[in-house]
Formats: sequence, structure tokens, C-alpha cells
Amino acid sequence: MNELTLTVLRLGFLVLMWVLVFSIVAAMRRDLAVGRRNKTGAPSAREVRKNPALAEPPPRQHANQLVVVEGPLAGTTMPLGESPVLLGRAQEATLVLEDDYASGRHARLFPQGSRWFIEDLGSTNGTYLADRQLTRAQPVELNVPIRIGKTVIELRP
Amino acid sequence: MSAVEAVRPRRNIELVLLILALLVGCGANAMTAINEGAALSNDFWMESGILAAASLALHISLRFRAKYADPVILPIVVTLNGLGLAMIHRLDTPDTDYGNAQARWTVIGMALAAVVIWVLKDHRTLRRFTYISLILSAVLLVLPLVPGVTAGDINGAQVWIKFGSATFQPGEVAKITIGIFFAGYLSTNRDLILLAGRRIGKLQLPRFRDLGPMIIAWLASIGILIFQHDLGMSILFFGIFISMIYVATSRASWALLGILLMFGGAMAASIIFPHIRLRIDGWLNAFDPDVFGRQFGGSYQIVQGLFGMANGGIIGTGLGQGRPDLVPFAHSDMIIAAFGEELGLVGLFAIVMLYALLVTRGMRAAIGARDAFGKLLACGLSAGIGLQCFVVIGGVTRLIPLTGLTTPFLAAGGSSLLANWIIIALMLVISNAARRPLDTTPLQPEEAPNPATTSSLRKQTAAETTLTQAVKKQ
Repeated sequence: MNELTLTVLRLGFLVLMWVLVFSIVAAMRRDLAVGRRNKTGAPSAREVRKNPALAEPPPRQHANQLVVVEGPLAGTTMPLGESPVLLGRAQEATLVLEDDYASGRHARLFPQGSRWFIEDLGSTNGTYLADRQLTRAQPVELNVPIRIGKTVIELRP
Repeated sequence: MSAVEAVRPRRNIELVLLILALLVGCGANAMTAINEGAALSNDFWMESGILAAASLALHISLRFRAKYADPVILPIVVTLNGLGLAMIHRLDTPDTDYGNAQARWTVIGMALAAVVIWVLKDHRTLRRFTYISLILSAVLLVLPLVPGVTAGDINGAQVWIKFGSATFQPGEVAKITIGIFFAGYLSTNRDLILLAGRRIGKLQLPRFRDLGPMIIAWLASIGILIFQHDLGMSILFFGIFISMIYVATSRASWALLGILLMFGGAMAASIIFPHIRLRIDGWLNAFDPDVFGRQFGGSYQIVQGLFGMANGGIIGTGLGQGRPDLVPFAHSDMIIAAFGEELGLVGLFAIVMLYALLVTRGMRAAIGARDAFGKLLACGLSAGIGLQCFVVIGGVTRLIPLTGLTTPFLAAGGSSLLANWIIIALMLVISNAARRPLDTTPLQPEEAPNPATTSSLRKQTAAETTLTQAVKKQ
């Protein structure tokens, strides 16, 4: 092969490498815009600031506390803030359940938008929301019982 | 729910990028043959075929098991692995066969990655093995020192074990287990470590008893340095720990303390151990004729690498047209110098860019992950890859003393390739969990939320209806 073809091939290979790098960057461009689209479809904070009409109407009733209705801890209440709540027997749980039928890290309550969601963390005995076993994260309405082992928890305004 | 549609699996983009990646990887292999004036050999077709088949198999595994995994991680890694294969193949002399060995290990590594993707549905199951991982890492790290299993002192470091005729570097796998341990430990005890300590100026110092794990990690790293003579691995382990504890606590004081400890340890080691002192001397006075010509711990290797890269210049000599074989260990420790010579600054920067992108994708998976364990694991693993690249490329370009770490995916070395493919599989699994849309729509009535009670109920009613029908017939 002559010298010219070799040079063209050599430079072509370097160009190809950079084409790959730039295609990768182009492919992840959408990902770089952090928080542009929220997963729940709620408008982001920046969008709300630009256009106040987008902001969600304030819900009629917020869940402000968590009440243990049944089980060994019956009567316990806990205020709900902005942060997720870990339910389980483990010491690091936000609400440590003294329940032999609960797993160490049993379930997680987390706020999203104006609602709280419950998600099972792979517990042995399962988490039940209104007597239906959770298969994925579910929104929790007020006064709906969440059963974990022998403990029943409700959200209250 | 238009926003839910916005999160797309993006596997097709991955396929397109993967084809481009294979074009670069196999193209590099073909270029060496063309430049050397040889016809494309059987080895070329076999290696390209293997690489293409294995990466497509991984891509298909992702389509089935981790639909939402990050679409750019796999193409980046396939490119790097393909480039490494090409360069190792190109550096093979008629007596050596590192190229085919590397191809074999690539297949094994990719197969293991596929196994991890198929078996590990949820990375959170790894959290259960927190303390098992700790024991496993300790065993893996001590293994090269156990008589009978150890492969002895190879090139000045005692980090190898042997199975029959094959050797393996268990420390590479320990990188993963130690990551799992730190992630599990820190995600559980994060709050305890964060508890108030003494505050001096802007620095919040940790309490003494919280320093326990840090001191253990430090002692382990120093142990690797003293007993196995492996400076690179020791920096890597401690670096992973420091980056993970920094991410877990967001306290600069920890990172600062860790770096001071590491420097102190390295200083002490350089005073006590002659071979480390020689390394540092070879780095500082590389061009001194005495140091250059010294039999042990001289700077011959690093200076040859620098000459090679200088010969390559901006656009390189072209694959197959330089003389990277003049550098000792050009196929493993110094492969970056070989790329610098044959692809030039432009090509080397593309490679560094690919590593940077890989690390950012790992960090992106960490940001997106919904659990602390996944966050810390993704972060620790990608920090490990980044640190390894820094230590190797920094060593080859004489920014820091040269240490014996492998360049991830590029350098010849089965254990490293294997471990890094497993790390990539873990990153893919975590990124899948991070990017998967959280399904929060109300349950459909037919979804049968409680299989236990509903199914037994249905059976019962079915039995009842047959019974009533039977009664009616009578």
C-alpha cells in the first residue's frame, strides 16, 4: 500500500476515535441536564420559579404524623418531616419496630411531590397496604393501614 | 404520565455506540496488520469475532435483564478492551502469545459480567454480604503470602497465587469485595461517624473511636506495602476508602486526614525500604545517567517510555510503525506509553477521555441510585477505576513515581481484566436501578396484589362452582 493511503488511514483512525468520544458525549447529553424532568412528572423547582402557575396546588391535607395503631408499639406517634422514614427492626431504622415478624430493613416511606409513598425493601414477610401486598412503591393515603408483621401503621394529618 | 415516557431504556443507542466501539477496537487491530504490510491473519479474525460476539451477548443480556442500564458504559469499555487487545497483539514477538491469552481472559471476563447481570437482579442483595466481603477481602489479600499457594516474588512484588501453571492476582478481586464492605459498613454507620467531634476552625474533626475503620484500612494498606511490596495496590485500597468515606460523610477533614496518613506512611516506607526509595529516586532523578543505567530500581523503563511518547509526538507514528517494544513491560505496565507513541497525543487524549467518561458514568449512577448502599458502591468502584488510571498514567508520564498497577482494560493481565469486567457489571446493575422509572401509578385491579389470599380464594370459589354444578346435575 502506498504512503498516502497509510497516512490517510492513520489520521482516519484518530478521527474515528474522537468520533466515538463525541458520539458518547452526545448520547449522554440528555442525562447531563440534571433535574430537567422529574420522574413523577412534577415540574422542577426552576420551572416553578419561572412560571408560578405550574406549581402544584397545595393539597387539602398533608400527612404530618405516623401513628402505630396495632402491635407491640401501639400508640406510638412520630412526626413526619421532609426525609424518608425507614421502618424495620434494625437499629438504624427511623422507627425501630419491636416486632418478631418484621425484617431488619423492612420498608421505606418516602415523600414525593405532596404525597408519601411506601416501598418494600425486600422483607421476608412482606408489607401490606390496605391488606394488599406491595409489589412496588405505592402512594399512601391518610388513614390507610400499612401492615408490617404484627404492626399496623397509619398516616394522620 | 408524559414524564415517565421520558425515561427510555435507550438500548438502541447503546447498540449504535457499540458498533462504533467495535469499529475502533477491531480497526486498531487491522491497522497494525496493514501498517506492517501483512495480510489480515487468522488471529485477527478470531480476536475481532470473539470481541464482537461477546460484547453483543452482553448487550443482549442487558436488553433482557437490565433494560434501563446506562447506555454508554458498555461501548466505552469495549473500546478500551479492543484497543488493549490490538496493542498487546501488536507487541507480541514470535515467542510470546500475550494477545491470545488476553483474548481468552476478555471472554472469561465478559462471561462473568453477563453472569452478574443475569444473577444479580437487585444490587441491594450484596448488602447482606457486608462482613463476608470483609473476611473475603482479608483472605484474598493474605493469599499471596501463604506458602504453597503463593507464586513467589514476581518482578519485585509478591501479589500472585498460582493454580497449576496459571497465575492469578487475588488483590484485583479484593478491590470489589472491599468496595462492597465499605459501602455496606458506611451506609449503616454513616450517622454514627457523622456525630459531632471537636471543631477546630472550619474543620470538624472526627471522634477518636470513629477513626477505627480508617486506622484498620490504613494498616491494611501499609501491610500490603510492607509484605507484598505493592505500592500501587496499597494506594488504590486506601484511596477507595478515603473517597467513599468522603462521599458518605461529606467531611473534608476525613479526606485530609486520610491523605496525611497516606503521605506519612509512604514517607516512612521510603525511609525504611530500599526498593521504594529507589523508585522515588528513579522518579526524581530519572535523567541522571547513574540512575538511568542502574540494574535495579533504575529509571530505564520510564525514560524509554518518555522517549517513545516523544517519538510519537502529536499524531503518533501510526499503529504498528513505532518501536514501543523497546520499553520493558510495554504490554502491561507501560501500555500507555505504547499508545502514546503509536497514536500520539491526540490518541492518548481520546483514551484518557474515555476513562474520564467511564468514571463520570459511574458517578452518575451513584447520584441516581435511590439507596445509600448503591450510591456508595457505585461511587467507590468508579473512584477505584479513576484512581487506578491516575496512578498508572501519572506514573508513566512521570507525574508521580511509577507503581505496578494495571491500566484497566488496556494492559495485559487476566485477573485485572476479570475484576474490572465484574466492576462494570455491578455499575450497569446499579445504573439500571438508578435510571429505572419508579412505578407509582395506582395498581390495576387485575394485578392480583396479594397472590397468597386471592389465589386460594379463587381456587375455593372454583371448587365451589364445580361442586354446585355437580349437585345441580344430580
